[in-house]
Amino acid sequence: MRKIAIIGVGQTKFGEEWTKSLRDLAIEAGIKAIEDAKIEGKEIEALYIGNMSGIFTSQEHLAALAADMAGLNPIPSIRCEAACASGSVAFRNAYLSILSGQHDIVMAAGAEKMTDIVDAGALNALMSAGDQEWEGFVGLTFAGLYALIARRHMHEFGTTQEQLALVSVNNHKNALKNEYAQFRQEITVEDVLSSPIISDPLHLLDCSPITDGAAAIILASEEAIKRLKIENPIWVLGVGQASAPLALHDRKSLTRFDSTIIAARKAYSQAKISAKDIEYAEVHDCFSINEILAIEDLGFCEKGEGGKFVEKNGINEVVKVNSTGGLKAIGHPVGATGIRQLCDLTRILREKGKYGLAQNVGGSGSTCVVTILGSKDSIKG
Amino acid sequence: MPLSPISSIPVARRIIKNRYRLIGSLCENCKSMFMPPRIICPNCRRKGRMKEYEFSGEGEIYSFTILNTAPEGFEYQKPYVVGIIKLREGVLFTSQIIGKVESIRIGKRVRAVFRKMSVSEDGFINYGLKFEVIDEGSS
Repeated sequence: MRKIAIIGVGQTKFGEEWTKSLRDLAIEAGIKAIEDAKIEGKEIEALYIGNMSGIFTSQEHLAALAADMAGLNPIPSIRCEAACASGSVAFRNAYLSILSGQHDIVMAAGAEKMTDIVDAGALNALMSAGDQEWEGFVGLTFAGLYALIARRHMHEFGTTQEQLALVSVNNHKNALKNEYAQFRQEITVEDVLSSPIISDPLHLLDCSPITDGAAAIILASEEAIKRLKIENPIWVLGVGQASAPLALHDRKSLTRFDSTIIAARKAYSQAKISAKDIEYAEVHDCFSINEILAIEDLGFCEKGEGGKFVEKNGINEVVKVNSTGGLKAIGHPVGATGIRQLCDLTRILREKGKYGLAQNVGGSGSTCVVTILGSKDSIKG
Repeated sequence: MPLSPISSIPVARRIIKNRYRLIGSLCENCKSMFMPPRIICPNCRRKGRMKEYEFSGEGEIYSFTILNTAPEGFEYQKPYVVGIIKLREGVLFTSQIIGKVESIRIGKRVRAVFRKMSVSEDGFINYGLKFEVIDEGSS
């Protein structure tokens, strides 16, 4: 199997970027990734871009737009959509295109412009990731879906409102040093619990925000890395993707994501490591309950113990969870998030550590991609 | 123009029977039941034999949430309760729950009732089933 690594990363500031359009964001992230890799645009052989929904901007066909605006024509350009997992699905397909032998240097990007539409429109766009005919029909929102999961987790395992709040508290604290983050201020458990209830038991500060942003990655084969004399590539050691029922009511359990469990199993198996080897984990805390589910489903603790894990400030001996701020504080431009997680892990692993893991969820757990990255220290022999 | 196709007339018309009468499907091969209905049994795939199955409309609350932020067509109902109901047949199904909010909790018995579901901006009304809490001792 070909060895493949990340050789460049770039992202925009995440936030309410009123002055920037979808194309502005995508191009800015792409140029930064190319400059970070110290290559020329002409080296890029294909572009995969994650973007959840044209409902936000009325602009579909983002792949063609992005390739055109970036001056990358006529390379193939492919938009990938898997709701909030669009970014990591784009990454996985970019990775597979190199693995297949078809390409050597590929860009994987993600972009979402969510604030060009009124809040009710954004709510509707996000709900399109659920089962509109049966879940949307009765008035559910995405916060509502995760609230149903949270209530059940509290019922089955005694998880508390305070433990949920701590997810947001920890992530806000972690984002203080993140120059790209939407929110760089500390919050307290009291702040979370006194914020408006969106969908009981989830409060406003249990929810990741509406965000504009883009992120991009350059992937290269080992041959290309040698040819270009790239220093300090971050190796892709394992990538797993799995699907689960679109609607919550079609799952066997509300308190675990089988998509995460199976994607993680595939990624660990390919990387030949286990959960206990992971030092940095970027997980999908779109709502506070989902970080608790992720910690359990990825194997960092036993099922039902996620709340207690969070009380230890997200640090359980080895693994640091969402050390750059998570979706809650960094912001969640849905199609960009999966790529942003991998940008963060790459920046970390260039400096320290051996193994990092990213978990990116689409919808209420219907799609999950788990990616394991390794620093130069992870390559044995 | 409605923001969402869930309030479009063709969508409502297509699945009106399933939504009004709680008609799902039963696989005669593996005896699994599904609500909402499915075309293919995910256990048996092409070996499956799916037929319509009308659920009893009785069950208990499996999980629930009280929504204070509503999508288009539901604003006037705020706050309202959406739950996952464990139907008597063992199948989970998503629905609104009506009754005193204080009386709603996991495990509480509920039954399906026919109600107005939402009203779109252009006046189109969706009807469907909601589940009401059964008062202990009354039935």
